[in-house]
Order: sequence, then structure tokens, then C-alpha cells
Amino acid sequence: MQPFTSLTAPACPLGLANVDTDQLIPARFMKRSRADGYGGVLLHDLRFDEQGEPRAAFPLDDPRHAGARILVARRTFGTGSSREAAVYALWDYGIACVIAPSFGDIFASNAVKNGLLPAQVSDADAETLLALLAGGGHLTVDLEAMAITLAGKDGSGQPQQRFSFTIDPVRRLQLLNGWDDIDLTIRHTAEIARYRSERARSQPWTFPEAAEETRPDQAVQAMKL
Amino acid sequence: MSAVPRTLFDKLWDEHVIAVREDGETLLWVDRHFVHEGSHHAFRKLDERGAALAEPALTFGVADHYVPTRGRPVIADREVAGMVERLSGNARQHGFRLFGLDDPAQGIVHVVGPEQGLTLPGLLIVCGDSHTSTHGAFGAYAFGIGASEVAHVLMTQTLWQRKPKRMRITVTGQLGAHVSAKDLALHVIASIGTNGAQGHALEYAGPAISSLSMEGRLTLCNMSIEAGARCAMVAPDDTTFAWLAGRPFAPSGAGLDEAIGRWRALASDASAVFDRDIVIDGDAVAPTVTWGTSPEDALPISGRVPDPDAIVADPARRAYIADALGYMGLAAGMPLAAVAVDRIFIGSCTNARLEDLRAAASVLRGRKSLVPGLVSPGSSLVKRQAETEGLDRVFIDAGLTWADSGCSMCVGMNGDLVASGERCASTTNRNFRGRQGLGARTHLMSPAMVAAAAVTGRLTDVRTLPQLEA
Ligand code: SF4
Repeated sequence: MQPFTSLTAPACPLGLANVDTDQLIPARFMKRSRADGYGGVLLHDLRFDEQGEPRAAFPLDDPRHAGARILVARRTFGTGSSREAAVYALWDYGIACVIAPSFGDIFASNAVKNGLLPAQVSDADAETLLALLAGGGHLTVDLEAMAITLAGKDGSGQPQQRFSFTIDPVRRLQLLNGWDDIDLTIRHTAEIARYRSERARSQPWTFPEAAEETRPDQAVQAMKL
Repeated sequence: MSAVPRTLFDKLWDEHVIAVREDGETLLWVDRHFVHEGSHHAFRKLDERGAALAEPALTFGVADHYVPTRGRPVIADREVAGMVERLSGNARQHGFRLFGLDDPAQGIVHVVGPEQGLTLPGLLIVCGDSHTSTHGAFGAYAFGIGASEVAHVLMTQTLWQRKPKRMRITVTGQLGAHVSAKDLALHVIASIGTNGAQGHALEYAGPAISSLSMEGRLTLCNMSIEAGARCAMVAPDDTTFAWLAGRPFAPSGAGLDEAIGRWRALASDASAVFDRDIVIDGDAVAPTVTWGTSPEDALPISGRVPDPDAIVADPARRAYIADALGYMGLAAGMPLAAVAVDRIFIGSCTNARLEDLRAAASVLRGRKSLVPGLVSPGSSLVKRQAETEGLDRVFIDAGLTWADSGCSMCVGMNGDLVASGERCASTTNRNFRGRQGLGARTHLMSPAMVAAAAVTGRLTDVRTLPQLEA
């Protein structure tokens, strides 16, 4: 996974609340394989009408927000279905950071595992950012400092305003370092094996009947790759 | 020198800890991992690493999300057939038990797990589906995960988690006649909001919960994800143990007795402390329906569609309501009981167990549905039992379509869709825009309330229908 440290990029004000993962990627597009890319179907039914024509008013397709890599939204972003494809759609479109007052739990976890930063701001700051970005603009999101600065319309010039954001400290470290969970887990192989045999001994019913036939140290084998 | 009092959730958590990292992330053991056709991204990650499945015997596959509910075993849609076949291929390759399209016990994952006795008290259960919270009805720690986490569990049978906060909702009193767990769930979500339980493990307690059947508890825990809860649970009790006895994968005989001894000790200690503790008056819960595009947009059936212009203080809220009403095609201020529906759906892991079908059938018996509709049982075993009881005849005689089991119109992945602009009274869990199909308008409610909407053609308080069976 790629580390996330700091990003300066065009930011799109998506002034919506409760953007659930069914909106981020409607279910009918989920049969596709990741290799085909999910970016084109991001927020599909909000961006396109029933004839497949772009809706004029949708911020993501507004030329003033072209090339957006940062999204600003209202509360409860990414609620609903656990589909990680919602993150793939954002990522494949080019979005590496979403700024909102709150996030769906599973979404935030999925986001971090794919290198996408869910930056939590106050409701008031979200409103301010939405207003400031209305005509277009760049933001700098600095994960080290947990700060967002408005970088001016072309990304240059003096930072005009500064906002702080929050993120769970563990997720912050994972993003900063680009850690992959499985690499971390492999270090605990011996503890996992110990736990497993103790559980099978003390609560055998947690391994359903047929289960005890299987190779007892499979967890360990799998992780010795 | 007594031990620190612990909640049910604390006990479940402690029991699964393998290792704790300096930063507080904790490695937990996974007792049950359910996968479905949508888990293909995770299997691809497994294959990319050339890794083996760590615990095939703790992994169970269910074909539910994409399966057709009519015309089986033929799958007409080639893409869908590919999804179902991919899952079968993964089951063969990695050697886990699959409840496939041809299995008599096939059904929706969150119905099959409990039905088979795979879901037990004290287990940690995960699945790449947010409604995995359902299984918490047995006093299990159950939650939905994303594809990266599914891959991690496939490879290691473990998961890194941070401990959520603890929240308890005590429901006092008793639910009234024809008021169900679904009404309670919608009432709770409307009361605390879709963010209300964010970051919390939620335990339900109180007399109204103790008297709920296992089916009702499953419905309640299922919907808790819509209040933002990480997971939801009910302490296991005699209702739980009675339900489990004789299930294929549940312990039996002396093993069951020993397990029950352990399970009884899981209940929250009397003096255990919750980070949030709220009380809901169960006597006050009415049949409840949604009017908007989020499950928190719920009101008693006696209510009126909200008026955005009446909201002065909060412009964002005003805009949200106006927008939702636009999508839903509703006029501000109109009585909910005046909203005409175009079709109904009875199905999903929320409300398609036997008790749900019986409740709907008791309203429909001897009546006609004024609108078309689909009834998809929660599992193939539920379907067979319903047919034994003659419930299928009730639905068919009412003019509804009796179908096979799958996620069906809950998510529309199999092609069972509500047409654009159509209004559907539905027993499902999400009234999101487009959830049941592009432009579909969904009203969530209980099975009895959906049945009532069917016979009157509009949203209706089921209690006002004459000659109801008790
Ligand atoms: S019925 Fe709906 S909520 Fe339940 S598992 Fe299927 S898609 Fe998910």
C-alpha cells in the first residue's frame, strides 16, 4: 500500500449528506472486475440521468472542479453496505482523500486499507470548506500535521485558511507508513497457533463437528508464505 | 477483591484477543467466516499472494446475493451465472463448505448461519456484508467487513480491530399487538439517528427484548447497522438455547450442556458500565414506516410527511428533506397513510424468516393484494416449511409471486428490481436512493405492515384492518 503523507490537489465540494455506499457505486456495477476500473461508475446515478447523460449540475463534472483528488462532503459519508468497491470507485476516479464531519465505520476502515484518507472535520468547517470551494480551488491535506489549508485557485500562493482534522491515531499511522495488515499479522503466527489450540481444547463446540478433521495448523501454514 | 464488572461485549472481546499491539490495535480470532458471491475481490487477493485458506472448516460459503429467485436452477443472466460459478470454484479450490444454489439449505447468509447452528453465542463472526450484525442476536460478536479484511481473514483467520465503545439500549415495557421488532428497530434508528450508535458495540436489554423471539432479535440486530453500530447483540438466554437445540452444526448432548454453562456467564454483569446507556419505552412503539431515503427517516404510520419549510434553524436539514421528498415523490404534510404504493416486497435477511412470513400471511389470508409483489423466503428451508404450512397458497391466492430464496429485491443484484419511479412497500433494511433499482422509491416496514399495504394499496396501520387473527 502506498503511504499517504501530504496531498495538494483540486478539491470538489460535494455538498451532500448521507452519501451511502449504494450511491458511491450502485450494486449493478459490482459484477465487474477491478481490472476494468471502477472510476467511471463513481456516484453514477447522481452524475448521470436515466439516459446516461451527465447531469449538468453535478459538482464532480463541473469544469471548475476538474481533476479533483479531494472530496468535501457533509455528514455520514460512506454509510451503509460494506462494499469495498465504494472505495475502489473513489480511488480509481482519482480521489485520495474525503473530508467530512463523519464516516461510516466500515467505509473508513476500507478506505485506509486502500490508502485513501478519511479526514474528519467539524460540521462548521465542512460548511466553510464547501463555501470556499464553490468556485473551484485547491486544498493541501497534511496527514502529519492533521491540517487542511486552502491553497488558492491554482494550488500556488499563500495558504489562505487553515483547518484541523481528526483521524483515528492507528489509522493515521497505517496511512503514513503504508502498512499492510497481513505483513503485520505474520509476525504473530506463533501466538495465533497457541490461541487456536487452546480454543479448540476449552470450547470445542466453536469448531463445528466436521472441522476437527482438518489440519490443525493450517492457519500457521498459510502465514508462513 | 472481585473482578471488574464486564459487559457482554467486554467478555466477547476479551475471549478473542490473541495479541495487542503497542498502538492498541488488537488481533482477534475469528470463529466463523461467511463468504458469498460478492467476496470475489478477496479471493483474488488470496490468489495474488498464492496463499492458502487458513481454516476451511471455519469458512462457509452461501450463494445469495446474485442468485435468481425464479426459474432455477437455470441462471439466464450470463454475468450472474459467472458470479455464482466463481463462488463454487473458490469453494472447490479452497475446500470450504458451500451452501450453493442446489443445496436444500441455501438461503441468505444471515438466515442460513443461525438456521444451521453455525451461529452460536460467544463466537466472533464476520462476513463481507454489513448486516453481519444480525448474528449478534445469539450473543455473538458479529460484524461486517470489507474485501481487504475478508482477504485477511481468509489468510489468517484473524482480524485487527480497535475496541469499540459500549452502548446499551434498554427497551422497557412490551411491544403491542402487531408491533414487531422491525417497528422497534425503525423507532430506535429514528430516535438516535444513523450516527446514533457510531463507534459503539450495541447491546439490547430490558423486558421487551427478553420477550422477543430469536427471529425478532435477529431483525433488531440486523437493522442496528443502520444506526451506525459496529455490532449489536442480545445476551443469550433460554430462548436462545431452545432455538439452538438440534441445529445441524450446534453442539448436542453433553457438549450442548457444557456450552450452555459457558454461554449463561456471557450476560453483562449487573454493575457493568456502558459508555452510553439509553432507555426506550417499548409500550410507545407504533407500527413505523419510512418516508425518505435514509432508515432514520421513519415515523409512526399515524404521522405526516415532514415539511422542510417548517425547519427554520437547520438549512442543511431543510435541504435534505426537500431533496428526499423530491426523490420519493411525496408532498410535504401529507398523511403517511395516504401514500399509495405500486408494489410490495417481502424478503431479505431482515424479515424473511418463518415468523415474518407467518405474520404477513395472517394479514393476507382470504384477502387480495391490490398491487403486484414478490415474496422471497429467507432460506430454502424456510421456503419448504412455509409450503408445509400452506403459507405459499396464501401469498399466491392473494395475487403475489412466491419465489425462491436469495437477497433478491433487497439489493437487486440478481435482477429483481423495482422500476424507476415505482413505490415499493418493503420488509428490507435500506431505503437508499436506487437501492432497489434506479429511481426506485422504497418504504421500509414490518412484514405485517407490508401485507397491510398490499391489501389496501397504500401505507396502512395493520391494526386498523378488520378481522385480523390475533
Ligand atoms: S438480503 Fe440484503 S442486507 Fe441481507 S445479506 Fe442480502 S443484500 Fe445484504
